[in-house]
Amino acid sequence: MSPETKPDFLINPEGLRLDGRRPDEIRPTELEVGILKKADGSAMIKQGNTHILAAVYGPRELHPRHLTLNDRAYLRCEYRMATFSVPDRKRPAPSRREREISMVISNALEPALFLEEFPKAVVDVYIQVIQADGGTRCASINAASLALADAGIPMRSLVPAVAVGKADDKLLVDLGDMEDKYGGGDIPMAIIPRTEEITLLQQDGSFKKEELIEAIRMGINSCKYLHELQKEALKRAYAKRAPAEDDEEDEYEDDLETDLGESDLPEEED
Amino acid sequence: MAGIFFQKREVVVPGQLLAEGRYRPSVGTYDREGKIYSALVGLAELRGNTVKVVPLEGVYIPREGDLVIGTIQIVAGNNWKVDIGGPYQASIHANNALRRPYDDDISKYMDCGDTIVAEVSAFDRVTGPFLTMKGRGLRKLDDGMIVRVSPAKIPRIIGRRGSMINMIKDNLNLQTVVGQNGRIWVRAPDVARSRLAVEAFKMIEEQSHTSKLTDRVDAMLKEELAKLESKDEENEDNEETEKDEESEDEIE
Repeated sequence: MSPETKPDFLINPEGLRLDGRRPDEIRPTELEVGILKKADGSAMIKQGNTHILAAVYGPRELHPRHLTLNDRAYLRCEYRMATFSVPDRKRPAPSRREREISMVISNALEPALFLEEFPKAVVDVYIQVIQADGGTRCASINAASLALADAGIPMRSLVPAVAVGKADDKLLVDLGDMEDKYGGGDIPMAIIPRTEEITLLQQDGSFKKEELIEAIRMGINSCKYLHELQKEALKRAYAKRAPAEDDEEDEYEDDLETDLGESDLPEEED
Repeated sequence: MAGIFFQKREVVVPGQLLAEGRYRPSVGTYDREGKIYSALVGLAELRGNTVKVVPLEGVYIPREGDLVIGTIQIVAGNNWKVDIGGPYQASIHANNALRRPYDDDISKYMDCGDTIVAEVSAFDRVTGPFLTMKGRGLRKLDDGMIVRVSPAKIPRIIGRRGSMINMIKDNLNLQTVVGQNGRIWVRAPDVARSRLAVEAFKMIEEQSHTSKLTDRVDAMLKEELAKLESKDEENEDNEETEKDEESEDEIE
């Protein structure tokens, strides 16, 4: 991998970004639920070149015991990056950054969950970054909340998340790696869409007050769009597992009868 | 605006608005400001004016009165610790399992690895589930096999007033105990029939959210049984020839 060079501009004269997106456009996002067989719940997200897997186990018995919370389940998130997820090999030992992001993700998801239904237990969320291209913490939240729903954990709502950033003094939604590195800062955020409660808000770089307010507004809009994608992915996964109800008639279709020329008549049977 | 915002048995997702107005929230839902939302991925249902979501996934959470099948993990003094699946380990006191007087060493009666049918006698948020074996059909299991399915599918396996499980029992000539914790004890007359039972349970598990399932499972079992019988006849012929061959081998 040749050393990266700073691009000449992050926004070209036509007002488009490095990968041709408009400022308020998120990367092409693909979500899939239930892709890991062993886990109680799982999900995958591909957001541009960021690929992430999330697996949920539990609620189950908590070990070590001293972490037990007597009034609710403990939410234990583990965010890890694969050694091959970044151009320079990531050292496999858990880093300070990974531990912090694990905590941040856990705090972003917890307000949406009804953990008080499972006192003393633990819900484990394992997040593995397969390929990192910016916005991994937000993509992780998107995937993890789907995996939690897939595991049957009761929750108020799915939690969509997106990062809003700044480059050349323009606000951009869903930063890629380059925009993150060479831009003027970013604000990752996660919300509960119905009430617009913010469950995650971080910032690096400097923003004016007006910029921050505008960034949050853009973030909420993108989150709502992501929320639609999440709902659609979840319903799709379960519709696939459920054969359509009306195909029962097909199952009993008898080829011998089709010759009678009556098969085209609609049957009014239930 | 009051009303219902879902179709019968529609797949709903967490946070989806289900009903507004004079409806009552039940399992799998929550209410905020008089509106009822789903808390789970599942099938939304309306019973009377009660809205509920039937979960499609989930672990076993004990409830008082549940019949469960568990495995003994630890013998602790005069208690047994029992794995009943899910996040909570159950315990059963010897007084609730044995007829007095009993020996001090209760591992004589039931030991680690033994499988029992028991009832949840108490469970709340403070004290873990307690079991009892005082009651009809509550006992240690000595033979047969255990089939594990997702606890969320147990209501479907039992069916309305036991219609599904009774149909399977009648078809295959089985003895069964269905634990609410997703474990089913099966004793079948032969291996082929226990295989069929497993197949039927898996079929229900996979297609639990479709209608007319009982009829389809019934058809599948009848078809497989018919095959089995014809095969049995063939086998009987084959066995005879095999025996002949074996005896020939012995001669060699």
